[in-house]
Amino acid sequence: MPGSVRSTIVSQFEQVAREQNRKLAPLSDDLVLMESGLDSLCFAIVVARLEDALGFDPFSVVEDIQFPVTLGDFIKIYEDAAK
Amino acid sequence: MLQNDVASLWESLKGTASRPERCIWTIDQRINLQDLFAGSSLSGRLEQLRDRSVLLLTKSQLCAALSLIELDGIARRLILCPPDLDPEHIPFVIDTAAVNAAVSDQEAQICGALHADCVFPWSSTIKRGEHVRGKQHATEWILFTSGTTGPPKMVSHSLASLTGAIKTPSFSAQPIVWSTFYDIRRYGGLQIFLRALLWGGSLVLSDAGEPAKDFLARAGSHGVTHMSGTPSHWRRAIMSGAAGRIAPVYVRLSGEIADQGILDSLRVIYPQAKIAHAFASTEAGVGFEVEDGLAGIPASYFSPSAAGVDMKIEDGSLRIRSGRTALGYLGRENGSLVAEDGYVDTGDMLELRDGRYYFVGRRGGVINVGGLKVHPEEVEAVINRHPRVQMSLVKSRKNPVTGAIVVAEIVLKLEPDSNNSTTEAAALKSEILGDCRRALPAYKVPAAIRIVSSLAVTPSGKVARPDA
Repeated sequence: MPGSVRSTIVSQFEQVAREQNRKLAPLSDDLVLMESGLDSLCFAIVVARLEDALGFDPFSVVEDIQFPVTLGDFIKIYEDAAK
Repeated sequence: MLQNDVASLWESLKGTASRPERCIWTIDQRINLQDLFAGSSLSGRLEQLRDRSVLLLTKSQLCAALSLIELDGIARRLILCPPDLDPEHIPFVIDTAAVNAAVSDQEAQICGALHADCVFPWSSTIKRGEHVRGKQHATEWILFTSGTTGPPKMVSHSLASLTGAIKTPSFSAQPIVWSTFYDIRRYGGLQIFLRALLWGGSLVLSDAGEPAKDFLARAGSHGVTHMSGTPSHWRRAIMSGAAGRIAPVYVRLSGEIADQGILDSLRVIYPQAKIAHAFASTEAGVGFEVEDGLAGIPASYFSPSAAGVDMKIEDGSLRIRSGRTALGYLGRENGSLVAEDGYVDTGDMLELRDGRYYFVGRRGGVINVGGLKVHPEEVEAVINRHPRVQMSLVKSRKNPVTGAIVVAEIVLKLEPDSNNSTTEAAALKSEILGDCRRALPAYKVPAAIRIVSSLAVTPSGKVARPDA
């Protein structure tokens, strides 16, 4: 289903922001993750939740993965791993 | 008791403090060492603090930094409180460390616990004037260990043990500017503070409220040459998109396991830099540094007395013996810090693969979330308070952002009227997470909870924990 990885990621961002009482910046592909309103711990939680939701953690599969800077980079890593 | 052959911090710095470029930067201030050495940040009240056990309870890292420089050699003891010390524990600290004076930029916190005459307010303005330092002796430095539950654990060091791993580098034409993501009131950060000072360099202090990208830009603008942090700090720096704002010649990782992924990423960003990962703990001191760009420790490091440190592995965990080891714990109930043979058990478990030793975790399953330690038992205790929970197991899951993260598995009590639906499970999980969030700091709250039908139990009746 196209777009399902993206929508799962977006809803995790929203949920974690809510749980951690953080104000989420408007989500767009060029949003720098560290400026999204979430901190490192929030991203760690998002990655753990996505592993449960999608059934994989792309960061543990690929050895020399680039750390994502923008939301677009982040989504692409997941979409590539889902292929 | 107060004997050693190391000059006080002040005496060690006196010779080079006059260099006008030497300074300490904070987010909004620049302190020239030259000015400090021609005055005092303590209004010159050194005589009143002589031979006393001085609590350094500070809001700003700068207050701690300047007080340490001025009071080492004067005070009997300096008790360096970490930024996250629970105010509830202040009376315990005062009692255990026999505190009879305090230097603070937040006096209100100490009011009531110490007589007002013993509290010395600090301001970031340096008062000029000649201050006679008089006779100096070895001061005991008290640091707090990380990752304990309940009352803090304090260990005793000397300037000699703290600086044992610091070798003065050969002359460098370029000024040295150190910086660290760490807070200097913790062992890892304190090492960087002392390195910056003893190497004749300057220091850029981090600020708790400052976003990573702003801190990197600030450090870059001061020409940082040496930078240190945990692997999680570095991952955050890379993800901020601003890692390229600094161009260090030396990059140091410590406090967590440095995996090959983060070492390789840093190599790409800083192709010219020496990239080293180091092992240190408040109790064991600095153990070793690995500079070949690979994760793990070469087996040769375990040969006798490499670089003045003896290391061995016993029962799977790393043991270290050296002159950098802490002198002991404060308070009798904490027992002995070193074994009879002089080794400190670090509790870090190692595994040999292809000629190198790799860290596999902590004994007892302590989870390291971005440098902060979590005891599974304290999280389980909160989860188990929920009326529907039969038992729980909290464990570590590998995470690309914080190294590890807390997850939980729970077994529910059988209830005849429960329909075990997905909706009910989701509601339960969110209730339990809510309990955890109210009772625990965010990094201890499980990122995910899984309901399982059973958990393995050991013959002694305890939940079986995955080893390390």
